[in-house]
This record gives sequence, C-alpha cells and structure tokens, in this order.
Amino acid sequence: MAGKTLYDKLWDMHEVKRRDDGSSLIYIDRHILHEVTSPQAFEGLRLASRKPWRIDANIATPDHNVPTSPDRKDGVEAIADAVSRLQVQTLDENCDHFGILEFKMNDERQGIVHVISPEQGATLPGMTVVCGDSHTSTHGAFGALAHGIGTSEVEHVLATQCLVAKKMKNMQVCVEGHLSTGVTAKDVVLAIIGRIGTAGGTGHALEFAGSAIRDMSMEGRMTLCNMAIEAGARVGMVAVDEKTIAYVEGRPFAPKSEHWQRAVAQWQTLVSDPDAHFDKVIELKAEDIRPQVSWGTSPEMVLAVDERVPDPSAEADPVKRDSIQRALKYMGLAANQPITEIRLDRVFIGSCTNSRIEDLRAAAEVAKGRKVAQTVKQALVVPGSGLVKAQAEAEGLDKIFTEAGFEWREPGCSMCLAMNADKLGSGEHCASTSNRNFEGRQGAGGRTHLVSPAMAAAAAVTGHFVDVRELLSQGV
Amino acid sequence: MKAFTQHDGLVLPLDRANVDTDQIIPKQFLKSIKRTGFGPNLFDEWRYLDIGQPGQDCSKRPLNQDFILNAPRYQGASVLLARENFGCGSSREHAPWALDEYGFRAVIAPSFADIFFNNSFKNGLLPIVLAEAQVDELFKQCQAQEGYHLAVDLAAQTVTRPDGQQYAFDIDAFRKHCLLNGLDDIGLTLQDADSIKTFEERYRQSSPWLFGAIR
Ligand code: SF4
Repeated sequence: MAGKTLYDKLWDMHEVKRRDDGSSLIYIDRHILHEVTSPQAFEGLRLASRKPWRIDANIATPDHNVPTSPDRKDGVEAIADAVSRLQVQTLDENCDHFGILEFKMNDERQGIVHVISPEQGATLPGMTVVCGDSHTSTHGAFGALAHGIGTSEVEHVLATQCLVAKKMKNMQVCVEGHLSTGVTAKDVVLAIIGRIGTAGGTGHALEFAGSAIRDMSMEGRMTLCNMAIEAGARVGMVAVDEKTIAYVEGRPFAPKSEHWQRAVAQWQTLVSDPDAHFDKVIELKAEDIRPQVSWGTSPEMVLAVDERVPDPSAEADPVKRDSIQRALKYMGLAANQPITEIRLDRVFIGSCTNSRIEDLRAAAEVAKGRKVAQTVKQALVVPGSGLVKAQAEAEGLDKIFTEAGFEWREPGCSMCLAMNADKLGSGEHCASTSNRNFEGRQGAGGRTHLVSPAMAAAAAVTGHFVDVRELLSQGV
Repeated sequence: MKAFTQHDGLVLPLDRANVDTDQIIPKQFLKSIKRTGFGPNLFDEWRYLDIGQPGQDCSKRPLNQDFILNAPRYQGASVLLARENFGCGSSREHAPWALDEYGFRAVIAPSFADIFFNNSFKNGLLPIVLAEAQVDELFKQCQAQEGYHLAVDLAAQTVTRPDGQQYAFDIDAFRKHCLLNGLDDIGLTLQDADSIKTFEERYRQSSPWLFGAIR
C-alpha cells in the first residue's frame, strides 16, 4: 500500500465519523472569526438557541473594515462609516456575549486574521483551522489543514465543532533549485498560478514541496499557501520541519513544558511519506522564476517583469481571446505593451499575503534612501498586525518608509479589498502586494497589479514597473 | 433551509469564464450584518452605471443596458447559465444569498469554485455541473431562442431542454438528500453529538495542548 500524503494524515487525525453517503464529519481545532462573515452566523446560533460547542477553539479580531488611519485610536465610535462601525461593534458584542477571545480594534495584538493567529501560536502544526475567509489556506504553511468556509459553515463550526466534508484529491507542486536574489515566495506562487491557472487546483489539497520551498522562511511559506486559493485549491500546505517548530516555540498560545515535547514529537510526523501518491504533480525550476507582475483581472494573468502584455489576436481559443480582450480593456493596456511601461498611480504594501515583518523588511531595503516617484499619488504601507507594526518600528522601518514618502498605517486589510476608506480611484493603476486583481477589488474601476513587496517598493520609487534586481544591484 | 425538488425557469446566459464572487456581490455590501437585502446589488458593478452604496434605493439608479441581466427578454430569469470556474475568489456566502434573493434557483456551469459550490447548497441554490459541450449547446440554444426555459429535476438528476432532450448530472447523495428535504445541516450533525464527544475525549488524551490554551 502506498504511503500517506500530509493531507491524508491530517484528514485521518480529524475524521470523527464517516457517513453512509461518503461524506465525513471533520473535527475543527481552531476557528478564527472576523466581523464580515460572522454576524449572520451568530444570529443563526441565537435564533436556534444554540451555544458554541467549545469556546476555547475560537479566536476573533476585526480586520476587513477597520480604518488604518491614526484617528482610529479614538475607538470604535470614531469609525466614520456607520455601516462598518456597526459591523465591528457587532463582532465585539457577539464575542463578549459568548465569551470568545477577541483582539479588539485597538489591542496591539489586533490585525489581519491570517497574520495574528500564527503570530500568537493559535495556529499550530497538525491542526484543522477554519475561518470565514478564503485565504485561510495561509495556515497550511504550518503543516495544518486549513481552509476558508462560508457563513453557514461558520455557524456549523460554532455549534458542532465539526464540518461536513468530503475528502479532496492530493496535488503536489514541487519547486526545486535556488531562487535568485530578489525573487520571493510571492513570485513563486504567482508563477505557479500563471502556469496552472485559477482553477488548476480545484478539488485538490495542494502541497508545496521541493528544495526551494524548504529553503523558504515560515513567512514565505505563508505567502505561498495564502495564494493556493487563487490557484483554485482551498487548501495549501507545507510539511513540518525545524523551521516550523522553531517559529512556533515560545509563542503565547503554543504548548508549554511537558506538552511541548509531546507536541513536537507528533508534529515531526507531519510530512508526506516518500511513497505517497499524488493525483496531480506539477514541477517548476526555481532558477526559471523571475519577478512577476499581474497584468490582467485574474491572478493567472501574470507575467515576468521583462515580458510584454499578451496580444489577443495571437490566441486561438475564442473564450480565452475574449477574456484577454476584456482584461486589456478594463486594465487600459495595449496588446504587446512592455510590463515595464505600466505607470503606477498608487502602491499598496500590505494584506494577509505580504504584511509580515519580512515583507516589510524587503520593501524597506528597496525604499531606503530613495523617494516615492512624483507621479505616484499615494504609497501605503499597512502592517499585518499591531505586533508587526511594533516590531517594524523597533527596527526603524517606519522611518525608512516615511522618509521615502510612504504612509505608515495602522493594521488591517485596508486596500486589499477596499472595504474601509483606503481605495483606488477609477482607472488608477496600483502595484499591490495583495492577492486578487479582480475587477473593482481595490475600488470600483481600479486596476490592480499583483507583485511582491520588493517589486512594489521598486515600482513606488520609479513610478513604473522595474525588475527589482536592477535596483538591488545598484545600491543607493 | 429552503427545499429544492423541481424547477422550470427562464434561463439567463452569462457568457464569461471565471466570474468571481467580488463580481457577484461587491465588497461594500458585505458590511451588512443581515442575510437578506443583497438581491438588488447582485452583479452591481456590471448592472448599474454608477457605483453602488449600501442602503441605496436601487430602483432609482441608472442601469447598464449592455449588461445581459437588464435585457427585457431575460427579466424573471431563474436559471443561470455560466462558464467555467463560476464563483471563484472570496468565500463570501453573500454571493449565493444575492443570487437566491434575485430569484435564481439553479446555476449551470462546466465547473464551479469549491467554496461557492459548497455555499450554494446551504442556501437552497442548486449548482449543476454539465459537460463543456453541453453547456456550449445550451448557450447556443438560449441565445437563439427568446423565452428559453430549462426544467431541473433534482430527484431524477436531470436538466430537460424545451425540445425534450435531457442531460443527467451528478450530485453527492448527502447534499441531494438535504436539499430535497430542506434539512438543516447543524441539526443533522448534532444527531452525531455522541460521536463528536467520544472523538473529542480520545483526542484530548492524544493532543492535550489543543485544549484550553486560549482564554
Ligand atoms: S488582507 Fe485581503 S485577502 Fe487577506 S483577509 Fe483581508 S481582505 Fe481578505
């Protein structure tokens, strides 16, 4: 019999019961809540007079529509948008009412759900982690089984500590070799999506493997898994190794003393067996990956920075030709235009993909001693959590950014989805470290180009896209 | 949950691949703390010429006459015909809520994004996967013929064209059962509460660090 994949192992550890129809009840260890997808679930719970099954499995924070401006220090009452304010207040009330731990808006531990949970050690290897947010795949970087759920499932998990699920297929994406300097996890995952498409992983649990992945930091692995969903895979994962364990050790909710040893012993088994079977395997060479820039309205519409925007007339498939045409029109780009000629109006460094300390360090390295180009109206840096912000300030990164002309903000989702006041104007181009370049994602009519933090900083200081490796080799 | 047994309805052909949930219901409407009220904002950015805000009276907004949802011949449509990877992107359940409230009962496409697919079932909205060639054929017929209807029979797992030709579709037995009977998932799972407790006890022994750490 073939060995087991990491996903098989995680599934087996959590299968409460297999039902006659082939679906299973899967036990959920960690449930993360935020203000947008939870109110209707709490309401459902109340209407049915149900209680949460296990309070200590839940952790909450508001992130999607909290303001990132300094005036939010005045508290929830100061949120200008009444609808946003009510949503944040509703989360506070629900958590208070049911006794769920919440990092409220001005708590230093507040931040984007997918940043704070690993940061607190609330995400651990071997866990099942769910949240009413598709980028929950991020937590798979710890060798956890983590995926996004809808609001009905949020209610289901609150009430039963379980989800009804069917086992997915196994897929492996293997990246071997060494990444060149200036090429990051973000470039790797964009290159993968460019290769397999936004539906390439649908129905599969995706494990990232290979030497380039093992060489990545935990932060890089989180960036990678974060965007598994953009390749259609609800679940992205990386096997546990020493880096995983070292990252977790000593975090507030990580196991202590005698539990720690037992936990580590269990976590070390969380790797795919050498003879495990994958239904689909994709291989990439690290050396081939160059800094990536998305040009269109879907994350699969992505190219290396030295390439040219596609020409629809060269596409034989009519559905694809039509979508290229539509994307070019929306993005205001001409066929065959070099990526490096795309000029930026705004730059956004942040989001659950790229707002951790390493991301900020990479951007600061490029920004240091340079100035945001005159033609760029706004360059925002939004740390992923209050603790990331504090760490960056301790390292002086905030000074580097503000001296270069970037704005330094309070933590939250911000311009990733523009539910708060941070958004693009219609027709504006933005170099963004977020994960979705859908039409209108960053503001109605806004044009998003997905890039790594270093590439975003490089675009900010030159006003157009540029291969960040050129700036890094120049020094200042 | 609303049951789904049979439905015969006017078809709206939405001829775009990779329609994402940001398109189905833009984020500004996600600020609501209710489950209802999303229908008038379904496909908001394509449907109206102005930028929609929560709480507006949508009947007064300028319509984008080029968007198919606004075409007179498709008014009252309740079966959505779509292209591959429908519902990709964010996990927002507001997407099926909006489709449902607008009046759609079923969506037919060659493929769906996983989370959207899942969410639809929880709201009595039936997502039907047909082969690409079949979907192509339906698009052709629907575009050619005004008032084009399709009849969906969940028990029989068939989609029937006006000319009588039938396509069979697959559906997971549990989902079918829940949808046919309008069953509440949580109630069903709680019937297994003893299994969950037994599992939890055993699990607490093997992985004690997962319990009680938070709070
Ligand atoms: S940062 Fe963006 S993608 Fe991440 S959770 Fe927030 S809105 Fe979603």
